[in-house]
Amino acid sequence: MDILKLIYDPFGSIGEGLRGLLTQLLVQSLGLPDWTVTLIMLIAGAGFLVAVATVTMMFLTWLERKVIARMQDRLGPNRAGLYGILQPVADMVKLFTKEDITPSGADRVIYNLSPMLVVLPSLLVFAVVPFANHVIISDLSIGFLYIVAIGSTSTIALLMGGWGSNNKYALLGGMRAVAQFVSYEIPQVLSVVGVLLLTGSLSLGRIVYAQNYVWFAAFQPVAFIIFLLASVSEANRTPFDLPEAESEIIAGYHVEYSGIKFALYFLAEYINTFAISVFATTIFLGGWQGPYLPGWGALLPDWLWFLLKSYAVVFVMIWMRGTLPRLRIDQLMNLAWKALVPLALVNLLLTGVGLSVMQVFGWKLNDFTVFPSLAVFLVLNVLMGAGFLAVFKPAHLPKRKVVLVSRSRAFEVTTTFTGR
Amino acid sequence: MVPLAGYLFVSAALFCIGLYGALARRNAVAILMGIEMMLNAAVLNLIAFWRYINPDAALTGQAFAVFVITLAAAEVAVGLALIIAVYRNRDTVVVDDVNLMKG
Amino acid sequence: MEFVLFILFAGMTLTGAILMVALHNLVRAVLAMILGFVGLAGLYLLLEAEFLAAIQVLIYVGAVAILVLFAVMLTQRVSDPNAPVNNNQAWLGFTVALGFFGMLSAVFAPLKWPSLPEQSVSTVENLGKQLIGPYAVPFEAASVVLLVALLGAIILARE
Repeated sequence: MDILKLIYDPFGSIGEGLRGLLTQLLVQSLGLPDWTVTLIMLIAGAGFLVAVATVTMMFLTWLERKVIARMQDRLGPNRAGLYGILQPVADMVKLFTKEDITPSGADRVIYNLSPMLVVLPSLLVFAVVPFANHVIISDLSIGFLYIVAIGSTSTIALLMGGWGSNNKYALLGGMRAVAQFVSYEIPQVLSVVGVLLLTGSLSLGRIVYAQNYVWFAAFQPVAFIIFLLASVSEANRTPFDLPEAESEIIAGYHVEYSGIKFALYFLAEYINTFAISVFATTIFLGGWQGPYLPGWGALLPDWLWFLLKSYAVVFVMIWMRGTLPRLRIDQLMNLAWKALVPLALVNLLLTGVGLSVMQVFGWKLNDFTVFPSLAVFLVLNVLMGAGFLAVFKPAHLPKRKVVLVSRSRAFEVTTTFTGR
Repeated sequence: MVPLAGYLFVSAALFCIGLYGALARRNAVAILMGIEMMLNAAVLNLIAFWRYINPDAALTGQAFAVFVITLAAAEVAVGLALIIAVYRNRDTVVVDDVNLMKG
Repeated sequence: MEFVLFILFAGMTLTGAILMVALHNLVRAVLAMILGFVGLAGLYLLLEAEFLAAIQVLIYVGAVAILVLFAVMLTQRVSDPNAPVNNNQAWLGFTVALGFFGMLSAVFAPLKWPSLPEQSVSTVENLGKQLIGPYAVPFEAASVVLLVALLGAIILARE
């Protein structure tokens, strides 16, 4: 049964084993105090996290290129290794062997500090995420606030990169990144406040436990969509990738970076992408909790559920990139301030209404009275969604005209459309 | 074990550094930064006194600190808007040069 | 352990603050200010005010510093790099600040302060209850101030 335990709770088993070994070695043999073991365990955990993050980033680049290629009717990387799985390794080797360039006139301190600082927050946010039951580096009571606070510091690094490069496109990219980040932070946080109200706690561990019966995505579908859109925007991914739009401002704030510094920017970007899916999973999709069979236990190990859900969200983000064109800057700001922020505020209000209904009837999240409350919340969300679509209907936008033509007439039609 | 005087020392030093920044700098933005430092020193004082003198559930010091931080954020927003407006009008952010009212 | 952390964070804070007033390049000065803010957040953590530590990072590092950085970048276009950063009363300001620091130290150093109480009941839930309970009126006033500041900033910064 040890194998089964190892599969279902690998972190717990390995951690216990390592702790036992270290205790034996350090405390009993060498006579060191107890806290050295804790310290080494913490460092080992952090090192493990960094290693996993790097591997995840490499896998994500491969996944993204492969999925995008399939969506665009191509094959994608398929030379290095089976299905091109070694392509990211080859890319890494290429990046590491490139020349490290510092542009003349750059502010050297700021320029060289920025790539390091940009990775730091994206790694730090994972400290409060429960990867499986009881597998969490630190279940802070202010967990969600910690994520928001640490996440907001990444803009500083981007602005530093943009300013330090002494390049107008880099500066434009950095400024765009900050403006976008500040705007989308508001709907992102507001959309989660509804969940926090339902849970009554900021701790991510407790948010996951509160979704024992029903995911919060079912309680708060509108908030989930707002969160996803705002988060994708915060990670500067298509369709919100204005700060690093290659065709407009030649890749924005990291235009001057090369070699390993560029690799660090790249790393941060993909870790951010993964972090978003992790947060969406934890806050809205029930985290590591999966369906249970009565009498047998969990269907799959906790960590596997967690990874499955996270990668499902990652897939949705890649899908968005493969489908949607980039927004204009005014559309971007309008979406944040005129659509998402009001909607998130209304969602907050209606969550309060739903909560008071739950309180009046004494319904709770952690027994079977969750289902009538779910019905109340669904009705409220449908009302909100319908109201939103009624108010913000895109009637003023020009309708796109789709004309089917035969190939022989294509030239003629094109000339009519362009008026030449 | 850190004595309360340690925090008070840091707070006082921070306040005086901010004061120097606010008094000596010519750039209006830098003056605002100095003022922010002074506000931060006050917040540190509030929290240190709360923790050492009266760490009860009323959390008076923390509540006050929250208000101070709120007002500091508002102050920065309005202050920077003013600086930008002055810059647009007078093409400078050096406070010595903004002397239209001086006789 | 705690003392080491205190020295570390206090050093960060003071280094950041001193660099903030000493550096001539304003962008670097803002970055030094950020270092000071992060150090302060660490001090708040040591004082068991986790919520305020998070708020410090969120508001000061994530919002105020960014705003200041923006303002510096927007207004630095015509500034002459060789222009003096300090006014002609800098030495006076230094004396005043140093004198004030001496005075403050002279006041609080000889006093007998209580040592650290054993436990605190600092939780986010508690703070929330306080803010909507006894401090409801200041809380609402703060929200009104924020709204007014928002509108005022928009109107002032508009062309």
